[in-house]
Amino acid sequence: MHRTKVRIVEDALDANNTIASANRADFDRAGVKVVNFMGAPGAGKTALLERVVADLRGVRVGVLEGDVEGSMDADRLAHLHVPVTQLNTGAGFGGECHLDANMVRSAMPALALEEIDLLLVENVGNLVCPAEFRIGENARVMVSAITEGEDKPLKYPLMFRACELVIVNKVDLLPHLDFDLDKLLYNIDAVHPDVETIVVSARSGQGVEAWREWLLRIAAHAPQEAIA
Amino acid sequence: MHELSLSSAIVNTVAKHAEGRRVTVVELRVGTLRQVIPDTLEFYFEFVARGTLCEGARLKQEVIDARLRCNGCGHEWEIEIPAFRCPECAGGDVEIASGNEFEVEAIEVEEAQCIGQR
Repeated sequence: MHRTKVRIVEDALDANNTIASANRADFDRAGVKVVNFMGAPGAGKTALLERVVADLRGVRVGVLEGDVEGSMDADRLAHLHVPVTQLNTGAGFGGECHLDANMVRSAMPALALEEIDLLLVENVGNLVCPAEFRIGENARVMVSAITEGEDKPLKYPLMFRACELVIVNKVDLLPHLDFDLDKLLYNIDAVHPDVETIVVSARSGQGVEAWREWLLRIAAHAPQEAIA
Repeated sequence: MHELSLSSAIVNTVAKHAEGRRVTVVELRVGTLRQVIPDTLEFYFEFVARGTLCEGARLKQEVIDARLRCNGCGHEWEIEIPAFRCPECAGGDVEIASGNEFEVEAIEVEEAQCIGQR
């Protein structure tokens, strides 16, 4: 036996990006815009979906719920009468901690794309891995709750950079916490200059209108840049 | 924690190019912006590689420092903390010149010596 060196120079995530591009092509063909919705467990992703999906002014919306196990989030959305598809990652390597392009591809037949205009994909709650894996989306949103602290952008810059919108949630708790909202916004801007931010409370409804408007804007004319 | 997912991505990428040959070395270029911990990646790679062509392969990691370039004023600088605004002009239109790499650069594979003999 002898050894040969083979030069490759390939992004290790190319395989995922290739499938993500194929997903995007399918979504484009169906005329469906896709938003990848990310954030830590408990940041309020499902609550923010509950707030808007029932009323998107005629835009037909569907939800793809990514979770390691269970259908609790999908069950929460069931009464809103929009099509919800559950995607469990538990079958992966000990339960994948994120959605990847291939998982979304496998869910494609269940999505009934001809019945929707906008697909909201709630990723697995995690501030790290989802940032690495495109799924074929037009835009990425991350939610950061103020209960997570002001320093999170500095600790998870990858995630705070891998999105077109940062939603700051749970601001109804401001009077009860030692939390400096300006400091969080400053840190977000340091990590991702000029990224769009919306300050909301899914509980009180503050800022929810701006979140709805943002989604409507994506549904009307989503960014079309290539995945990678 | 994303080192596990990234290890699988490395093994899949290598498998595509190994063409059935056993892999002894994987050379990787990793930018510091990817927030990869080299020891952790090595640990998971060894684990994920089991039962694949990469089993027992050595993972050689070249760490690439993060450099940013301001599209506003042309200033270029190296960053160690995640601060992406230009320190010269405070502009936000900043691109990553290096530090975002996560590439399999080369692999070393074992070849049977007699291939091609007739």
